[in-house]
Amino acid sequence: MAANVGAADYDVAVVGGGLVGVATAWGLAREGCRVVVLDEGDRAVRASRGNFALVWVQSKGLGLAPYAGWTIRSSNAWGGFSDLLKQETGLDVCFQRPGGFHLALSEKELEARANILKRLHNQPGIVDYKTEIMDHSQVARMLPDIGPEVVGGSYCPLDGHVNSLRLFRTLHTAINARGVTYLPSHRVESIAKEGGEFRLTTAHGEIRAGKVALAAGNANMRLAPMVGLEAPMRPERGQIVVTERLRPFLSYPVVTLRQTDEGTVMIGDSKEESVDPAGLTIGVSATEAERAVRQFPLLANVNVVRTWSAIRVMTQDGFPIYDESETHPGAFTVCCHSGVTLAANHALSIAPMIARGALDKSLVAPFSVRRFHVQEAG
Amino acid sequence: MFKRLADTGTAVAIVVDGKPVAARAGDTVAAALLAAGIDHCRTTPVTGAPRAPYCLMGVCFECLVTVDGVGSRQGCLIPVHDGMKVETQIGKREAGR
Amino acid sequence: MTAASDLAPSYDLVVIGGGPAGLAAASLAARAGVSTVLFDENPGVGGQIYRAITTTPVADRAVLGEDYWAGAELASEAKASGALIVNGATVWSLDPQKIVGVSIAGKARMIEAKHVIIATGSQERPFPIPGWTLPGVMTAGGAQTALKAQGLVPSGRTVMAGTGPLLWLLAAQTLRAGGRIDAILDTTPWRNWLQALVHLPDFALSPYFAKGLALLREVKAKVPVHRIDRVGAVGKEKLSEVVFASGGRERRLPADLLLLHQGVVPNVNLANAAGVEHVWNDRQLCFVPVLDADFGSSVPGIAVTGDGAGIAGGTAAAERGRIAAIAAVRALRPEATLPDTQAIRQKLQREEMGRAFLDWLNRPAESFRQPEGETLACRCEEVTAKQVRDMARIGCEGPNQMKAFLRCGMGPCQGRLCGLTVTELIAAERKMTPAEVGYYRLRPPVKPITLAELASLPISEAERKAVER
Ligand SMILES: Cc1cc2nc3c(=O)[nH]c(=O)nc-3n(C[C@H](O)[C@@H](O)[C@H](O)COP(=O)(O)OP(=O)(O)OC[C@H]3O[C@@H](n4cnc5c(N)ncnc54)[C@H](O)[C@@H]3O)c2cc1C
Ligand SMILES: Cc1cc2nc3c(=O)[nH]c(=O)nc-3n(C[C@H](O)[C@H](O)[C@H](O)COP(=O)(O)OP(=O)(O)OC[C@H]3O[C@@H](n4cnc5c(N)ncnc54)[C@H](O)[C@@H]3O)c2cc1C
Ligand code: FES
Repeated sequence: MAANVGAADYDVAVVGGGLVGVATAWGLAREGCRVVVLDEGDRAVRASRGNFALVWVQSKGLGLAPYAGWTIRSSNAWGGFSDLLKQETGLDVCFQRPGGFHLALSEKELEARANILKRLHNQPGIVDYKTEIMDHSQVARMLPDIGPEVVGGSYCPLDGHVNSLRLFRTLHTAINARGVTYLPSHRVESIAKEGGEFRLTTAHGEIRAGKVALAAGNANMRLAPMVGLEAPMRPERGQIVVTERLRPFLSYPVVTLRQTDEGTVMIGDSKEESVDPAGLTIGVSATEAERAVRQFPLLANVNVVRTWSAIRVMTQDGFPIYDESETHPGAFTVCCHSGVTLAANHALSIAPMIARGALDKSLVAPFSVRRFHVQEAG
Repeated sequence: MFKRLADTGTAVAIVVDGKPVAARAGDTVAAALLAAGIDHCRTTPVTGAPRAPYCLMGVCFECLVTVDGVGSRQGCLIPVHDGMKVETQIGKREAGR
Repeated sequence: MTAASDLAPSYDLVVIGGGPAGLAAASLAARAGVSTVLFDENPGVGGQIYRAITTTPVADRAVLGEDYWAGAELASEAKASGALIVNGATVWSLDPQKIVGVSIAGKARMIEAKHVIIATGSQERPFPIPGWTLPGVMTAGGAQTALKAQGLVPSGRTVMAGTGPLLWLLAAQTLRAGGRIDAILDTTPWRNWLQALVHLPDFALSPYFAKGLALLREVKAKVPVHRIDRVGAVGKEKLSEVVFASGGRERRLPADLLLLHQGVVPNVNLANAAGVEHVWNDRQLCFVPVLDADFGSSVPGIAVTGDGAGIAGGTAAAERGRIAAIAAVRALRPEATLPDTQAIRQKLQREEMGRAFLDWLNRPAESFRQPEGETLACRCEEVTAKQVRDMARIGCEGPNQMKAFLRCGMGPCQGRLCGLTVTELIAAERKMTPAEVGYYRLRPPVKPITLAELASLPISEAERKAVER
């Protein structure tokens, strides 16, 4: 590997130390690459610190059928991925795949849900996976604490969740153990390719690497054009409410409510246009709380210890972007929402492709940014 | 650990883990527990370690107890009343209580 | 008792905290004709210094001292001023639009304010030593609160440890009340005198000088005092002994109660969550809000006053509260007649004069602020100093990333008991300054509320649409 990088300090520079960046960096290190991760500092906007931690399959792929298959691939790889991490770090990220729910609080919501699933599964080329619509009593058999207002829901056995903050810590611990250089407060200002290597400029000097993987979340939009790539983004804000630690009461994650291995209950899944990471709309938290209490009335008296907002890394159409540069060979984009769900793919599929120097078209061609151009032309 | 300086206040009868405890008007739940010589008021939800009121001013959250059936109340901010039922909180709180 | 439902939807001025600063501010503003509400989460007014001033069972005035009883006038003035004073009212949210989230007896309300004065005071600095979570270990301030509010005094084998004027005050009050203190372990580093000495002349002129000396003499005459550089609490389910060392020589004292204190620091949670800018104060080793001469913060219409603005003591807190209130009245009701600001500023200056000396002298040693090994940095989530240091070493350079990695600061106390420790540990490991490291970014609720309370708040159509799909 080192033979073809010349004088560069590193084989690969990963830009961004969020979940996507560190999962990719870990995968690259496993392939024997010398890797540096360049990241911003403590106050950075970082989706990986504020997400909901689902490893989620149901409803994925409406509008881009191959996304369903890609998601299931990661979901299936997750168990092995978490075992590997545990072997290397001793840390358990508590991956579980008991199946998960989407709950409806009115017939209208349930109908809308059924419609989405029908449209999703009617798409040509979609992989076949089961998502079942259930009525109140069917749901109650699995989630005995639901309130009377829950009219039903959908259940998919492939859904799961993980402790995503511990995943974040574990990946950072794991890349450190594998000798990856992690440089916080090294915001990349510009990238140029000179003499067969990439030069990344930061306030603390220049870093040279044979390849570069852009995993800077929404900031990929600015960085990608520097190396002949594109990342059209539309960031979006989500808010989450979290409670004190409770004894286990919920055996399955719900898309808007889950109990963590630590006992806290996370409640969320809002979408707002705002990109102000400091802002927080109390009325949105109130709506989330109100629905949570209707779904699980026993939570009414539980204490909320925190609420937060986080900015989703979101591409224009919501699907991942994996690309390699034609003008700057060796430059790649790794950019997506659902970076928790897809972490196993990034570590075990995307990273080896980058290490080899070429994306495997049979797996990721549908996720090229070219899809936007096709739509424009059509 | 503590004794009462002047035993003048009006008596208030509370029940702690099923046992009667003599508190005084003006006591907070946490103060009443300290005055009664009760070692700890909860065990932590993380490792189960015993804890007792630490700051008595509302900042540390060590005084969390179940008061009249509601869990995780800050004992140092809640005045006692006659017939109040206080329970030691063991580990994680139970949803619905 | 004022219930949540009794509150008006809006007030000209909302004062948060009923210590000397809040009481003085609310009285002045209400007297000047400004519609004022004061919220305090404690069952009674007085704040920390004048805790239970209207209800204390400690009848002998000599026990708590005349400085305590000075609070009675403030409390009765506030009561007569026309301000609505609501106790048992916890403010859990404040945003830059000056919407105040308050919870009273399990019911939450959002109240609009034209102007807000945060007077939430101080809390004792975290004192992370081995065993500090054992039952039987408390803060000295906690013991003082129990004395003021319930007339409780230490009766078993009692050891006090730490530094700062409050430690000596509590010792004196406890002894006067007939309580027991077996030993005082003084952690003040000798070398602090080097920096403190230049400020001694100013201190000698301040009202605290004579009082301070008298206190020391009073306590030292009755209790053995040891200068120490290490202390720990030992016990299985509760404290059984205190281990301490001075220059390598270790000693043990059997004990039922260990009272810890190493100064007080501003209670920053609410101001931080409201978006008020803070800076590191290296003399007081804490974050303080950035304020103008009238205690106005970086958020227009929000002032932070009293010890929350940086530690200056109870008498100064009242004067600071008045200055903040005068600015509020000027903005809200320019026609009102107001007291002479110049005179108040002069009094404040006199009060603040001795501060530099006290701060430098009582600056806690690094070893008591930056724990090692298995000592817990975060009490709620039980995160050790070693874990924090290890994560810092592998690249975590700030408290917000640390919180994500280790959950420190995520428990119910919301970082109040670990925030400064975590900042300082990261700074030490990464060779940065605490100013560069920064502090946790806090979010509402700054005090827990129930899910049902949150669910009961007003929701707009757009807010509902952001969630329902
Ligand atoms: C435990 C302790 C004991 C002290 N004892 C003394 C003493 O005996 N003598 C002395 O000179 N100094 C003492 N001090 C120092 C203290 O800081 C005083 O200088 C003085 O009390 C400061 O006045 P203040 O008005 O700024 O704040 P405080 O007196 O601290 O008052 C703040 C008030 O705000 C309330 N509050 C805080 N957060 C909220 C919220 N979110 N919602 C509603 N209410 C809230 C608190 O309940 C408190 O009543 C003590 C400090 C502490 C921490
Ligand atoms: C509210 C919410 C809920 C979510 N729920 C889920 C869920 O349940 N399941 C799921 O799978 N996903 C979920 N996600 C999505 C998931 O969190 C993200 O997809 C994932 O964290 C993205 O990781 P990332 O590394 O791309 O981005 P980020 O975590 O945002 O990291 C980007 C990194 O790049 C750095 N950076 C930016 N610019 C530069 C530069 N110029 N130089 C160097 N570094 C730079 C940033 O500092 C940051 O560290 C959720 C997201 C949100 C916001
Ligand atoms: S004892 Fe600290 S919050 Fe009650």
